[in-house]
Amino acid sequence: MTYVRSTFRHPALPKNDLGYTVDYYEGSLSTLCAGCGHDSINAAIVEACWELNIEPHKVAKLSGIGCSSKSPAYFLSNSHGFNSVHGRMPSVATGANLANRDLIYFGVSGDGDTASIGMGQFVHVVRRNLNMVYLVMNNGCYGLTKGQDSATADAGSKSKAGSVNLFEAIDLASLAIELGATFVGQSFSGDKEQLIPLLKAAMKHKGFAMLNVISPCVTFNNNPGSTKSYDYVREHVEITGTMDFAPMMKEITASYEAGSINDLTMHDGSIIRLHKLAKDWDPFDPNSAMNAIHHAKRKGEILTGLLYMDQDSIELHEMLKTNEKPLNLLSKFQLCPGSETLAKINAGLR
Amino acid sequence: MKPTDISDPEYFHKVVDCQYACPAHTPVPEYIRLIAEGKYTEAYMINWDSNVFPGILGRTCDRPCEPACRRGRIDEEPVAICRLKRVAADNRGDVEPLMPQGPFKPNGKKVALIGAGPASLTVARDLAPLGYEIHLFDEQFKGGGFMLSQIPAFRLPERVLDEEVNYILDLGIHTHFKHYVSSLKDVLEQDYEAVFVGTGAPRGRELKIPGREEGDANIHIGINWLGSVAFEHTSKIGKTVIVLGGGNTAMDCCRTARRLGGEDVKVIVRSPYQTMKASPWEKEDAQHEDIPIIDNHVPKSFVVENGRLKGVTFEKVEAKYDEARKRSLVPTGEPEVFYPADDVLVAIGQENAFPWIERNIGLDFDKWEMPVVDKTTFQSTHPKVFFGGDAAFGPENVITAVAHGHQAAVSIDLLCHKKNLLTERLHPMVNLVSQKMGIHEWAYDSEIDEYDRLVVPQAPKTKTLVNRKQEVELGFDPLAGYEEAKRCLNCDVQTVFNAPKCIECDACVDICPTACITFTANEEEPELRQHTKVPALNLTQDLYVSETLPQTKRIMVKDEDVCLHCGLCAERCPTAAWDMQAFWYNVTKAGEVKFGPTMIGNMVQITRNGNGATP
Repeated sequence: MTYVRSTFRHPALPKNDLGYTVDYYEGSLSTLCAGCGHDSINAAIVEACWELNIEPHKVAKLSGIGCSSKSPAYFLSNSHGFNSVHGRMPSVATGANLANRDLIYFGVSGDGDTASIGMGQFVHVVRRNLNMVYLVMNNGCYGLTKGQDSATADAGSKSKAGSVNLFEAIDLASLAIELGATFVGQSFSGDKEQLIPLLKAAMKHKGFAMLNVISPCVTFNNNPGSTKSYDYVREHVEITGTMDFAPMMKEITASYEAGSINDLTMHDGSIIRLHKLAKDWDPFDPNSAMNAIHHAKRKGEILTGLLYMDQDSIELHEMLKTNEKPLNLLSKFQLCPGSETLAKINAGLR
Repeated sequence: MKPTDISDPEYFHKVVDCQYACPAHTPVPEYIRLIAEGKYTEAYMINWDSNVFPGILGRTCDRPCEPACRRGRIDEEPVAICRLKRVAADNRGDVEPLMPQGPFKPNGKKVALIGAGPASLTVARDLAPLGYEIHLFDEQFKGGGFMLSQIPAFRLPERVLDEEVNYILDLGIHTHFKHYVSSLKDVLEQDYEAVFVGTGAPRGRELKIPGREEGDANIHIGINWLGSVAFEHTSKIGKTVIVLGGGNTAMDCCRTARRLGGEDVKVIVRSPYQTMKASPWEKEDAQHEDIPIIDNHVPKSFVVENGRLKGVTFEKVEAKYDEARKRSLVPTGEPEVFYPADDVLVAIGQENAFPWIERNIGLDFDKWEMPVVDKTTFQSTHPKVFFGGDAAFGPENVITAVAHGHQAAVSIDLLCHKKNLLTERLHPMVNLVSQKMGIHEWAYDSEIDEYDRLVVPQAPKTKTLVNRKQEVELGFDPLAGYEEAKRCLNCDVQTVFNAPKCIECDACVDICPTACITFTANEEEPELRQHTKVPALNLTQDLYVSETLPQTKRIMVKDEDVCLHCGLCAERCPTAAWDMQAFWYNVTKAGEVKFGPTMIGNMVQITRNGNGATP
């Protein structure tokens, strides 16, 4: 019986700038099904954080309920974590973020947790442009309860039992753009080459970064006729462009063939080099991004890659003009200035 | 790269590093698992079938398997394979009923074996059950050869040696002990179908420097002196002793000298300590007995005063390497150093010598006076004469002699049945069996135990240094043997990949603790080695390359280097594209294996066909 993963690692594992090997970013052994797309996304998160030289204690992992929301246990064991109530991760994230803006907030949710029970919370956290990564591990079904269709299952997609879904899918990416998300990307768990740079850019983005990642449910939704199976997604992926992410001050070495290349500078000076493949698409124009998504959808394709980005994003703290210091760094007097100050404020409101 | 051909038995054989490195290709992980299960008798028999002398080798083997052990590349220290073999031997039950049971039906063919060392004894063991009439000649009064005369009793008790030699002699071997064969021509004129020469490398190399002849009374050739101690002709040595040489014979000499009255015993060697020929553990054992090893000293002359040896002078050198990594020992220019000595033991190498083989009988010798011997068949240029062990290609070790013996026996059996020694030689027996029992269940213990190598306990010096026959190493007890056995990574349980089943979900890539697996575009090997998850820089380890994958047309490439064989890739594979399969590789031997292991843990009995059947 093996529910144990050896702690032996490759003796030649490289170290990042902080001196950590990648295993310092790993989590506990996954209890998800063998072959679950979520595990692959977890590995991509581990890789992205290692490559970005993020100190694990500077990350807070947040999740709701579902297979996806179990995932934070399987990456970044040395980070903070909060597994909240079904669909309520956004409000926990908002509270945590307002209390301490210095952490990277990494929210993990699923299609049920976001598009059904959590829809109310989701739309509000988008419109507030909370500075966080909101990652949806989207498998189009309720894997934890034996694979019933979820709200992101495509109309016409066939379930494992053979029934065909009658209802239109909620398109989370276009919904997020519509609601004013400032960074929206779409990807596939089986394509780490695309997913890792996308994750890095999302973590570096100031404001709400939504990543909708198709993550096949190998147990309940990997059957012929499903539009979220490994082979279907691979056959129907259309990419907006390939991208490379370079942290601040580092030269981008990847070379691309001739074509339209954009260097997008993030707020901290790091750069995304985007090699545009999709026609008639402007990553800075929400309308163009929406069009590209809908256009691909009409053709039966799934558009992946960076879809939209607002380089001038103003996140919630900036809008609210909150204190720059996290609450835990403020003194008792600053946090509770006393009844005299309260009296002054009250007097000012009279 | 082309997809790896796993139907070639040598591919997976190479993955089992220990077995591959072993000259006799003993199935190491198989017997280690049996030891962990407490099946010492079965573990002994697997060894006995393969290396003939498990008890002897479990104490004295040069263990090429251990530097090769994969565990050493992951966890610094390899599994204590050699001492585990001893655990099997020490705790075995009644093994004789499991061995071939004579009397065997004679096949009417006689074979002569010259020298009763490990090579000849192996030939005897392999051929006797097939009905051959085996005649074994040796000048000593009993069998064992160099194992008897050169390996000191404190490393190899006589009882252990005799027991394993007698297992073979009891198969009905006609022994001619105290019989020095002085002419091969005479032997060939008799009615032997074949003659096997296993006479070792009996001549100790001389050190021709000034004072050698004058000091002769106190200057001894190491191997001769060890033999003389073993046969109890010598029982004393001076208080101050210098041993010249840096091989395992030098280590045996100095430790024996400590037991025969040597109080101030030193090893003085030409080469640097690190590059000495002696095995690291033998050097450690010598140092543990308060014997300093002085390196980078080249002996220049024996100092003899009034007809009596006073000591040796040395020139100090340092090792310099040229561009081709060729070493030369360059004098440092410091004044010569004198070390006093009552006796000097010269252990600077051994040489072959065949004064008893006539040069006009159709048996060719090369310019180094070595017989011309075929590396596969061990046949000399005289079709009836075969060589093996140190006699074939110069000094090696016991396990190499055994490996030669097996192959020579195959050749002799083929020759006696008028078959072609090369083309009609059978391939090794191989098998590959899935170990899957359930989603998280394997037929082998796949969990990796992460503790360090255990240390073998030794008897105290107060006991060992006063009694030449007191064995120094006490061996692992069964509990320690169990723990050490669990460190084995089961490298013979192979990760077998079936590309058409793969859906490229990356689960294996993500779970693999040691980053062995990569899915990538196919390239030539040098590029591919750079593009694995961690660059595959150990060129001695192969890349396992799959066919093109169905969905993305990439390939799976696995660097075998530090695979733990933990089975997690197969456990996390949703489509069973990965499977863990036990690989069994058994070297071709004379005769036919009747029973072999069918599955891990079910190994019952190995006997050989006893009715003269040919391969």
